[in-house]
Amino acid sequence: MKRGMRARLVCTWLMAVSFFPGAVRALGAQTDRSIVVATKPFAESFILGEMFAQLLEARGFAVERRPGLGATQIAFDALRRGDIDVYPEYTGTGLLAILGENPPPTGEEAYRRVAEAFRARWGVRWLPPLGFENTYAIAVRSSTADSLGLSTLSDLAREGGVLIAGFSPDFIGRADGLPGLRAEYGFEPREVRALLQAVKYQALEAAEVDVIDGYGTDGQIARYGFTVLRDDRQFFPPYDAAALVGSSLAEERPAALAALTELSGRLDEATMRELNRRVEVDGEDVAAVAHDALSVLGLVGPGGRVESGSVGRDGSLLAYLWSRRAETAGQARRHLLLVALSMIAGILVAVPLALFLERVRAAAEGTIRAVGLLQTIPSIALLAFMIPFLGIGVAPAVAALFLYSLLPMVRNTYTGVRDADPAAVASARALGMSELQLLRYVRLPLAAPVIMAGVRTAAVINVGTATLAAFIGAGGLGDPIVAGLALSNTRMILSGAIPAAVLALLVDGALSVAERSVTPRGLGQR
Amino acid sequence: MVETTAALEAQDVSKRYGDVPALAGVSLIVATGSCVALVGESGSGKTTLLRCFNRMVEPDSGRVVVGGTDVSARDTGELRRSLGYVQQDAGLLPHWSVLRNVAMVPWLCGRTEADAVASRALDMVGLPVEDFGDRWPRELSGGERQRAAFARALAGEPGTLLLDEPFGALDAITRVDVQRTFARLREEMRITVLLVTHDLREAFELADEVAVMRAGRIEQVATPAELRATPATPYVRELLEKAGVA
Repeated sequence: MKRGMRARLVCTWLMAVSFFPGAVRALGAQTDRSIVVATKPFAESFILGEMFAQLLEARGFAVERRPGLGATQIAFDALRRGDIDVYPEYTGTGLLAILGENPPPTGEEAYRRVAEAFRARWGVRWLPPLGFENTYAIAVRSSTADSLGLSTLSDLAREGGVLIAGFSPDFIGRADGLPGLRAEYGFEPREVRALLQAVKYQALEAAEVDVIDGYGTDGQIARYGFTVLRDDRQFFPPYDAAALVGSSLAEERPAALAALTELSGRLDEATMRELNRRVEVDGEDVAAVAHDALSVLGLVGPGGRVESGSVGRDGSLLAYLWSRRAETAGQARRHLLLVALSMIAGILVAVPLALFLERVRAAAEGTIRAVGLLQTIPSIALLAFMIPFLGIGVAPAVAALFLYSLLPMVRNTYTGVRDADPAAVASARALGMSELQLLRYVRLPLAAPVIMAGVRTAAVINVGTATLAAFIGAGGLGDPIVAGLALSNTRMILSGAIPAAVLALLVDGALSVAERSVTPRGLGQR
Repeated sequence: MVETTAALEAQDVSKRYGDVPALAGVSLIVATGSCVALVGESGSGKTTLLRCFNRMVEPDSGRVVVGGTDVSARDTGELRRSLGYVQQDAGLLPHWSVLRNVAMVPWLCGRTEADAVASRALDMVGLPVEDFGDRWPRELSGGERQRAAFARALAGEPGTLLLDEPFGALDAITRVDVQRTFARLREEMRITVLLVTHDLREAFELADEVAVMRAGRIEQVATPAELRATPATPYVRELLEKAGVA
């Protein structure tokens, strides 16, 4: 289904490009009065979350938004810990990904099962479903459907031998994806190509492939006018969308629960598909689309419409970046804060640790290798690991960035001090300098440029990695990147990525000046 | 051997590195005011023996005495500051000016007039402080660097200098210059010197006594004249012949 797909797409991009994340607005301080509404990083989740938020605001509640939390694991952990109060989730995901159970055949049974299990285990409530289902949708070009007479997946299986499939890597791998289609329908395409979400629809339109996996409320399928084939054996599990509410809100704020329940049963597939299309295809502002949807349902008044993002998709990139300058500045400040805090902590740990290792060299290689192992933990995974201890927001992000900053600084400090001009060190020792004096007057000054180079490396990497912090609600320049990815909005991605790149260059430049200034003059120009 | 007070004395000193014996029961006396050269091939143990005197090497057994006291009873820092030391590659601190380098030992000893002492030392080695004091070590020639290293060793006003191949890296002409300066200073300051060198000619020229080392042992200690006249072993004779000083 789409949420898995999106998460996978995002992760793939993370690995490919390097690192980054985001959410649409600056995150204010959390007060116990505000209800924290979160979403996962894809368009439908953004729209539903925004609808929750506006509905709550219309009923008089203060709301704090945390859009784009990295994945099911991150969003659900945050909900369980009480860091967030509500986010949109799907029953099938609850069953498969959180409970690890196989979904029962009908949507009602699936809903009953998750509602019961989540309440018993965690005190977490599934509000009555919103009314639409969003499971996998296998789509073909309408011309293909006509010429081969395809209307169901059974038809597809019959004609499979001549068709090229373009499926997301996620779908190819998971049991309720291609393997299941093979087993259930005997579908054997001529060829399977792994395609990312972002290119799948164009590939089908251009007849590069003949069949793709989309999802039920897919805005893009509607955009291209593809034909969705009916799951005549009801193979795909039910994925009913619903508000998932944390225990404290559920127990202490019945009025908020009642407000959210007003949406239950009010959205059908056609409506959701249209909302997705407006955001994903037309590039409309999420807040405006959400407001329209609520006012059509009569849940909020027509007035007070949220102003749609000033520059549409047609303006120039520069104009767009300029229109977002205030937001970008705030995000850049938050970004720098994350980097600065983690770097300060990193320096305070890495330098003394390296000096200690230089004294106890037997332990050095092993320790540095262990620090290096931290580097191999995928960023998004490390961020997710932090949540049970530190929740979401700035703390876990700083902790993760701190861990990533250690290796270059420990290694450079250690080798810099160890390898500082051996003849100078030997003669100073032979003339009576104590080890402490050697460190203070000879080795550290001589190693300073190497140590600073390590700090510089760590800082530049951190500026990049900090964009991922948006996945756990820490804000920064990752916010527009995550949102832009979710909304298929390239310019929004760039409005985070370009400032992040500029910031990395600035940080590198500033630290290169620092590096020169700590280089002892006697060593000459580097 | 002449009976005078010993500035340096090693008594039956042994040192092994793993399975390799570096010193196998070496005894040596350096009389106050004299210059003794340790000669021998690489690996003969001459540098190891030198480094026992300032505790850069701790012997496995035997006794090392400096100025009448067992070195193991002395604070290493204080011991080292009391002994001048020059190594082959000068080893000046590259981030310190020449003056600050030379002032290092008096400064470590907490002497307020460290710079004045260092200036005098620079003058003595032929590097006037007004021309050389503010320069960086990398701005000096090889010979100037080595002179500065001598000045640094002398600035602490040590009674004894430990020299580890101090002329080894210099070209022939520079070497003669620096050697002359060294000989003059030794004369003027009546300083005790233990000089490690692989160059027998240099040893004969500069030292009062020469100790020939081989495989961690001393083959013979004698004045140059005695060595020429009566080499104690075929190895010593061969060494003298090869060096052309026989």
